[in-house]
Amino acid sequence: MDVRAQFSMILNLEKCIGCHTCSVTCKNMWTNRKGAEYMWWNNVETKPGTGYPKRWEDQEKYKGGWIKTDNGLSLKIGGKLKLLSKIFYNPDQPTVRNYYEPWSYEYEHLFNAADGDYQPTARAISEITGDYIEVKSGPNWDDDLSGSDEYALNDPNLSDEEKKLIKELSTVFMFYLPRLCNHCLNPACVASCPSGAIYKRGEDGIVLVNQEKCKSWRYCISACPYKKVYFNWNNVKSEKCIFCYPRIENGEATICSQSCVGKIRSLGVILYDVDKLTAILTENDTNLVDYIRECILDPKDEDVIRAAKESGISEEWITAAKSSPAYSYVKELGIALPLHPEFRTFPSVFYVPPLSPILPTIDTEDYIPEVDKLRIPIKYLSKIFSAGNEKIIKDVIEKLIVVRKYMRAKMLGDKEKLAEILKNSKLEEDLILKAYKLFTQATIHERYNIPQTAKGSNKDSYEQQGTIGFGLRGKKGFRK
Amino acid sequence: MSIKITKNSWFEILKSSEERKWEELYRSRWEHDKVVRSTHGVNCTGSCSWNVFVKDGLVVGEVQATDYPAIGGDIPMTEPRGCARGASFSWYLYSPIRVKYPYIRGKLLDLWLDAKKKYDDPVDAWASIVEDTEKRNSYMVKRGKGGFRRIDYESALELIAASNIYTIKKYGPDRIIGFSPIPAMSQISYAAGSRYLNLIGGVVMSFYDWYCDLPLASPQVWGEQTDVCESADWFNSSYTVLMGSNVNVTRTPDAHYLYESKMKGGKIVVMSPDYSSVTKGADLWIKINKGQDGAFWLAVNHVILNEFYNKSITGYFDDYVRKYTDLPFLVYLDENNDSYEMGRMVRASDFENTEREENAEWKYAVIDLESKNVVFPYGSIGFRWAQDEKNKFKWRLINKCGISDKEIVPTLSILEVSDRTIGVKFYEYHNDKVVENVRNIPVFEIETKEGKKFVTTVFDLLNGMLGVDRGLGGDYPSSYYDDKIYTPKWQEKYTGVNADTVIKVAREFAENAAKTCGKSMIIIGAGINHWYHQDLMYRSAIMALLLTGSVGVNGGGLAHYVGQEKVAMLSSWATIAMAGDWLKPPRLQNTPSFWYIHSDQWRYEDKVFDYFKVNDENKFKEKHTADFIAKAVRLGWLPFYPSFSENPLNLAKLNNPQANVVNKLKKGELKFSVEEPDNPVNFPRVWFIWRANAIASSAKGHEYFMRHVLGTSDNLTAEEKAVSLKDVNNQIEAPKGKIDLIVDINFRMDTSALYSDIILPAATWYEKDDLNTTDMHSFVHPLRKVVAPLWESKSDWNIFKDLAKKFSALAEKHFPKSVKDLVVATLLHDTPEEIMQRDVKDWKYGETEPIPGKTIPKLAVIERDYKKIYHKFISLGPNAAKSIGAHGVSWDSSEEYEELKIKNGAIRLADEEFPSLEEPINVANAILHLAPETNGKVAVKGFKSLSKFTGINFDTLVKGNEKVKMDFDDITIQPRRLNTSPIWSGIIDEGRPYAPYTINTEFGLPWRTLTGRQHFYLDHEFYKYAGEMLPVYKPNLPENVLNELIKTQDGLVLNYHTPHGKWHIHSTYYDNLRMLSLSRGGQVIWLNNVDAEKYGIKDNDWVEVYNKNGVVICKTVVSSRMPSGVCYIYHATERTINVPISEKTNNRGGNHNSLTRVRLKPLAMVGGCGQFSYYFNYWGPVGVNRDTYVVVKKLNKVRF
Repeated sequence: MDVRAQFSMILNLEKCIGCHTCSVTCKNMWTNRKGAEYMWWNNVETKPGTGYPKRWEDQEKYKGGWIKTDNGLSLKIGGKLKLLSKIFYNPDQPTVRNYYEPWSYEYEHLFNAADGDYQPTARAISEITGDYIEVKSGPNWDDDLSGSDEYALNDPNLSDEEKKLIKELSTVFMFYLPRLCNHCLNPACVASCPSGAIYKRGEDGIVLVNQEKCKSWRYCISACPYKKVYFNWNNVKSEKCIFCYPRIENGEATICSQSCVGKIRSLGVILYDVDKLTAILTENDTNLVDYIRECILDPKDEDVIRAAKESGISEEWITAAKSSPAYSYVKELGIALPLHPEFRTFPSVFYVPPLSPILPTIDTEDYIPEVDKLRIPIKYLSKIFSAGNEKIIKDVIEKLIVVRKYMRAKMLGDKEKLAEILKNSKLEEDLILKAYKLFTQATIHERYNIPQTAKGSNKDSYEQQGTIGFGLRGKKGFRK
Repeated sequence: MSIKITKNSWFEILKSSEERKWEELYRSRWEHDKVVRSTHGVNCTGSCSWNVFVKDGLVVGEVQATDYPAIGGDIPMTEPRGCARGASFSWYLYSPIRVKYPYIRGKLLDLWLDAKKKYDDPVDAWASIVEDTEKRNSYMVKRGKGGFRRIDYESALELIAASNIYTIKKYGPDRIIGFSPIPAMSQISYAAGSRYLNLIGGVVMSFYDWYCDLPLASPQVWGEQTDVCESADWFNSSYTVLMGSNVNVTRTPDAHYLYESKMKGGKIVVMSPDYSSVTKGADLWIKINKGQDGAFWLAVNHVILNEFYNKSITGYFDDYVRKYTDLPFLVYLDENNDSYEMGRMVRASDFENTEREENAEWKYAVIDLESKNVVFPYGSIGFRWAQDEKNKFKWRLINKCGISDKEIVPTLSILEVSDRTIGVKFYEYHNDKVVENVRNIPVFEIETKEGKKFVTTVFDLLNGMLGVDRGLGGDYPSSYYDDKIYTPKWQEKYTGVNADTVIKVAREFAENAAKTCGKSMIIIGAGINHWYHQDLMYRSAIMALLLTGSVGVNGGGLAHYVGQEKVAMLSSWATIAMAGDWLKPPRLQNTPSFWYIHSDQWRYEDKVFDYFKVNDENKFKEKHTADFIAKAVRLGWLPFYPSFSENPLNLAKLNNPQANVVNKLKKGELKFSVEEPDNPVNFPRVWFIWRANAIASSAKGHEYFMRHVLGTSDNLTAEEKAVSLKDVNNQIEAPKGKIDLIVDINFRMDTSALYSDIILPAATWYEKDDLNTTDMHSFVHPLRKVVAPLWESKSDWNIFKDLAKKFSALAEKHFPKSVKDLVVATLLHDTPEEIMQRDVKDWKYGETEPIPGKTIPKLAVIERDYKKIYHKFISLGPNAAKSIGAHGVSWDSSEEYEELKIKNGAIRLADEEFPSLEEPINVANAILHLAPETNGKVAVKGFKSLSKFTGINFDTLVKGNEKVKMDFDDITIQPRRLNTSPIWSGIIDEGRPYAPYTINTEFGLPWRTLTGRQHFYLDHEFYKYAGEMLPVYKPNLPENVLNELIKTQDGLVLNYHTPHGKWHIHSTYYDNLRMLSLSRGGQVIWLNNVDAEKYGIKDNDWVEVYNKNGVVICKTVVSSRMPSGVCYIYHATERTINVPISEKTNNRGGNHNSLTRVRLKPLAMVGGCGQFSYYFNYWGPVGVNRDTYVVVKKLNKVRF
């Protein structure tokens, strides 16, 4: 057992209202500058949809993530040797057209227009060329669309049957999928970087691109199957979501989480066994979710705690892991799933799949509808969250439903019903109550259980105490 | 080649490694110098507290505050409130669309500089411009067409003040108008302009009715503007139906409670024609045809009455409706040909032995179940305004007769006391005809002073109307599946929802309420409220709530969320905002009447009955909406400014001015302005716009404004056709350009700014101090000055303060002495004036005598000292030391007034001292200190005062709150939760979210209606003639009667809707780059995929959308989540962003309002009668705009 601590995020899609507050606070703080206009470290997609960049899930096109080979794993874009051999040629990399051409408007014209015959209007201008532009795509172009011949029908996860459903108003379905860097346990971006500029932090598992070391090879952009590493055309570096480490290190939530007004996000520590993870990397697609769950360790188990301490994980972090909502969601309740586990990067971001209204053809006497009556096809969800394993999705949805049924019976004081529900439940009573609490009343500290990083234990902290902040800034904003 | 994964290869373990020093890069970005709590004064009612980050003096971003106090109990925490729109606000501060300096229309500046050379006096200079038609037209036609120039702030103020003085002298102060909406979001900024206007005698325009946010059903049923639960109470609901409300998008910070209630075991039912954002969160989606929700609910009520009242009795429901609704009240059945029809309610004045009782016309009858006598329960409005000692303390809901004082049990159905029945007519409304159904109803015969008459109860009529067969005979449906009104089968053809779904929802809704004592809730929104018959649809849904005892209960009731606003500290705020601390009454205008007339939309339609189906239009003396407005004005039902074709300052100079004016009116020597709106003496002349986009977002019939109000280019192709007019003069040629000067106070160059003559740069929400409250939660919190006002901007308070100073200085010469002003004021709700007109009697037709305050409006003469406007502006006047109150409750405020002199400092004026209102913080503290919601001592006083009125003991409501006191610094440290207040109807307590009418149900406080109960039955003759005494089904207005469509053979014709969008709050944030990037980058129209394909229209195509009202040029969004036959252009767009020129009109394409115009419902104009009485933003016709059709066509050539 080799224990690692990973800072982890859970997104409960049942509660996501698609408001994009997360995207905007993130944008303001991190990518509101030249070269980063088109970057949305956090974005929200409407599913079914093609997303940002368009059809990012299609690895036949983008060649992101890992593939299983006879003797292990390989980056889909090719091994390091192959990469080095074609270092100046990277055909799999998305171009600006796959994202969108960032634009602004000629706002000044409204003030400066001379006395004329027509009302002035502020025309769209490209932020790259400065010319007038006909806006043809954006970072959230298929927002709220779902049923769309131009976009949603190209969602790589849809079967032909499902495509028919979204062409008709009565059977259309949709949900929102917020996306950010998954800070993967097996990050393809790190593996692909010829300069060794990308690393996964030992203490919290956050994956970062060293802005001093990045040599703009851009393999990370191709290798990331989620297309969550971006290229800053102004300072010529790769940049990506940093899990708001300056906030996390001080015990504060990422800005996307703090601003999540749907209250869908939770943050916490998970402990996992790297040995086990290494062993399961090449397991079959359909079993991957189960194996990932196995890699995650019980933070209350004495053996785990001992091993964690041996790995240098601090008391603060172990304590946080014990009451981690991430652990509850992923392991105890078993309702949070990784995005496209078949990409084999092993995300540390997990999603609770959504419920949905019943299909119009369904006649049900239940107050709370059963899993087989919901309109979002289980198969579609399984393509996204369980590498096609439908049983896993069904189990999760059933668990969500049992919480609702139990709480309704409890609210109405129906003891008979309660007993009946518990008899057939996939969750024990205490876990039902735990799930209910996490879904509803968890306070900000319970949702975001963030250990602080004890930096002061370094030997130079005494000196830093008096000098930090005085650092002169270099050309590109670095402290030298 | 594969790589063997070695387990540690990704980790960088070394924590102090030099390699990781670079990490400081992003840490430095995160550093900030200070964090300040503020919020966004935008009219979304979100009222979210935000932390704003400042680094090196620059605002770098914002994130939501998360420190709201807990509500307690099992209610999920409030944090973090705030959406993507709010999060993008910091973009505005330094953006290129920011108004940084004062601007003036170049053409006007030339004229002004020229005139100033010729005239020393700025007032004379202004006169020389506006009295010269050519000069006046020369800048009006340039409105909106560029050519702005900078002007210094002082010169701009001088011009504005001169225009004000000129207008007052020449035409009267009631020709100066101001528009600013929704005070709740930045209360002091609103009050700045309204205080200035009220001090000079100008007109403050309403917004809630104009925006069509006001649900008429709320005053109709409850006598209340709108009172809704805070969103936290959604969590208490165990069955929630959403209709016309997309809370994910429009109530973003609240939506989580919906999903949390779902997880608590609540069921979510969404009724929507499209698969909307919130539909995705439903358990059951009722895919209902647009605007047919009323039909659905009528059938639901059919099922509920049948199964929960008749087939079996549900104890909780039965008790509830007998006590809290008008269902037991008696109604006459009037003979009509061979059968009977519903008449008016039975009153004490109908009987010889009770007709001499005080306010006998206003006391309503039930039958006592035991004695079978006609009795008059406590709580009727006649008891509210009792003067006689013996009638006091009888305005409360207890089952006693107010005349005999005997205990009673109200009879719900006449079947309980009699088995006699007669046939009663019930009407069914189609677009082309009205069909009668005769159904037998149980009746009771009573002896009135006019002889024997048949009466029945509202309950029995409701059964008859809904077609619930109780074996009485007549034209009743035989089962749920019999296609007669109002069965589940009947509604199928309208709603497209099958009968079984109706039955299922009705049963679940009622069963849930029966098991939980009323925790069934309806969340309702603009999708319903914007239809012409919004009130009928609302009432149909409210019926289901009343029948299931779900109103006045936590977790139940009607949650209407359409721009509803709650200035929580209403009493103290209104005192300051309306300048009531110095003088009363103010001039407050219901905007729909005003703009329908002044923008000349009335000229483009004829009889209202062309589209408004009623039983018999001949019962109405008026036929045209404009005539209905004129009637409402002369009877004192609704305001209209200017009032007369003469200067009110001149009228006030007459001897005995009131009598003189009445006399002149009677003789026809004096005309109400509304009777001759296009006479130049009746034009509104100066228009202040602040915190508003009055010319775009708020201008329904935008292109009519362009032509008639502004006098610039327009996209209007409608033709004039008003001929059936009685009292309103259509013989004057329609004017082009009525307003002399438009002043816009703004921080961004929106459409209104672009079309204004002067733009003054306003401080943004991060640059000023202000107060913010909402009804979505029960906290009060501030806007705080995060950074100093940028460039030359100033807070609204300071701009109007500076203007007041300039105005006062100019007045030294022009108004050396104080003047008298004759103010026409409407009969008001919550005052004794609401029991003046039990029946409609028009003095103009000789049906009664004109008596001010009774049969015509009040005529008040007040004194204005124009030299002292500035001093009055900056100090809290002496009336505030006497009493403060609202909604008919008031209390002594002398103690708080004295305390304020110390807290705020005092201003001396002529040997007297007044609390200072000089700075916005002073105003904030005055509002907080004088209000019961934020000063517990005042709450105690207020409830004591209400006890004196009703005899009800409210002590438990204020227990523990006596010492709660908040000032501006307190609420800056942390948002604070409000006290339960005597002017609101809901209880706020630990673990208990605010839910409306809980004081009514738990303490027996009457609703402010005719019977004091919640009304199914609207007892007014206009409603009788229209057949709307009970909520019936009336179809939406069909395209062929609207005369709005230019028929073409190749166009796609669609019903046009303007739901609230995701990327803007009205037009705010619409032009924000963040929001434009996340959306489609400009104006779009949403189309159904099949509709679009038929006309060769693809996603992201440029199209021209038009009707006779105007033209919009925009891009398409094509999706199968849209229903066929409808299009959406999200409210509210700007024509300032990337809008091409129209091929049809060769004019810049318009905004969403270019396709609309208003159609006002006359039933909402009645007044002087209980809940049908005016109050600002409470009552009056609303600016509906959903019954509109457009043609969509591909644009051939895009030209900017």
